[in-house]
Amino acid sequence: MVTITGLDLKNPTILAAGIMGTTGASLVRVAKEGAGAVVTKSIGPSPEEGHPNPSMLQLECGFLNAMGLPNPSYVDFTKEIEIAKKEAYVPVIASIFGGNADEFVKIVQGLSPAKPDAFELNLSCPHAEGYGAMIGSDPIIVKEITSEVCNNTDVPVWVKLTPNVTDIVLIGEAAASGGADAVVAINTVRAMAIDIASGYPILGNGFGGLSGPAIKPIAIKCVYELYDKLDIPVIGVGGISTWQDAVEMIMAGASAVQVGSAVFEGLDVFSSISSGIDSFLTEIGYDGVEDIIGLAHEMV
Amino acid sequence: MMRPVNSVIIKIVDDSPSIKTFFFDTSFDSSTAGQFVMVWVRGVDEIPMTLSYNNAITVQKVGDATSRLFELVEGDSVGIRGPFGKGFTLPEKDNRILVVAGGVGAAPLAPLVEYAKDLGAKVTTVLGARNAYELVFKNRFFAVGTLHITTDDGSEGRKGFVTDALNELDVLGYDRIYTCGPEVMMVKVFDILQDAGALDRAEFSLHRYFKCGIGVCGACCMDTSGIRVCKDGPVFNGMQLVGSEFGKYKRSASGQRVEV
Repeated sequence: MVTITGLDLKNPTILAAGIMGTTGASLVRVAKEGAGAVVTKSIGPSPEEGHPNPSMLQLECGFLNAMGLPNPSYVDFTKEIEIAKKEAYVPVIASIFGGNADEFVKIVQGLSPAKPDAFELNLSCPHAEGYGAMIGSDPIIVKEITSEVCNNTDVPVWVKLTPNVTDIVLIGEAAASGGADAVVAINTVRAMAIDIASGYPILGNGFGGLSGPAIKPIAIKCVYELYDKLDIPVIGVGGISTWQDAVEMIMAGASAVQVGSAVFEGLDVFSSISSGIDSFLTEIGYDGVEDIIGLAHEMV
Repeated sequence: MMRPVNSVIIKIVDDSPSIKTFFFDTSFDSSTAGQFVMVWVRGVDEIPMTLSYNNAITVQKVGDATSRLFELVEGDSVGIRGPFGKGFTLPEKDNRILVVAGGVGAAPLAPLVEYAKDLGAKVTTVLGARNAYELVFKNRFFAVGTLHITTDDGSEGRKGFVTDALNELDVLGYDRIYTCGPEVMMVKVFDILQDAGALDRAEFSLHRYFKCGIGVCGACCMDTSGIRVCKDGPVFNGMQLVGSEFGKYKRSASGQRVEV
């Protein structure tokens, strides 16, 4: 059991945004597979179809994607959150995106009747014009949006950060000063792949974001820096597919971890990571996850 | 690693005024009937298509990508990834199998019946279409066993729907039943088989909007169990579909519910 921003999680694995999160039923399925909490697909102000396909592909070192924030709008998604809340029996976190503070607030107010357990602000999607990292790279905007959202909800607010900035700590501090209860790091790293038979960029959007094993060391360093400088919890995400990855992320400073593209290998990834963490803690003689959060900082 | 494989079109066959089969120089010999590939029409879109031969797809012109595909000629190329998903449960040697195919839904079933025939299974097919021109792979089904044909306008075979022919067959006399076609057709087949107590021996090849195509994004998840059509399917046993959204609604590219 871990507690993050007041939410009790049966284990520290969380389904990352944008993965198996388009419907209430799929969120329930992932919860039943063992996730300690689930984050929805990012939900915006109006229905969007996203970028044309190909929208995701497996590469030598990870996964490349550019979905383009497809979503049915907060109006239609309310009933999906209600389903997840009723049947998942784990905290349900609503990931949301907008182009400015007013849009974020509108979505928060629209989704609140469905009683999500927290909001995760997507200020980090690397390939959506006018959204995500486009505004999430500016500390002033990040602080303003975070602050407006916090003023309009009673549930915890998490801010998901982009690594595609010179200094992620500046953005993390902006979120914290805006009142964020936690930061989530990292979203995907901007990347691209080209089809050499034709010269075409493969993704429908041209470029996208890299996830999977290749970005784990980047995520570890970002989480390490954020843990060092912030007084709010850091939730680690990026390239986690095994319990060893999760333990490493926690030792860097993460209070919990999110798992995304690793579901490609199987939805049992959540239970295998959480049971692996438990065995590891027991074997070494730790009382719980909190004993190893940020452990690496004590060694240097 | 799974980048699109450059695949050159080596032959195009006109199956009907709106349906063509494209043969490629890339062959998916390890594929199982019912599995699909993602076909990337460069600069337009990437779409899921079931294999109608190890090296071919059979396409109905319905949208941007298929329209562009119809403009391509022999020697042009597309990018193909796959095969993906779960195909049909293959029949065994002594099985009697029943296949119910509607329109371009015949595409994944033709290689299945040829596999079954080679194995020694006994094949019965109900093939339906709007009219005689749209009876896809009629000769392939005819060559491997008994064939019942229905057309909506009566231009060939029996005038009516596949369900009219199905209603007159003893479905419990077959070890395995396979169906693919428009969902409004398949749900009627589903109802007949459920009433007859034959749902557990039946498999349905489903269609939903695919985004990632590899089981990660969740765009094709069905209610109420959250099964992913691209990864857990596209072929499902009838029992998996009981109480599901099948035949009722599906989700659009944005995730909004739309009626089937």
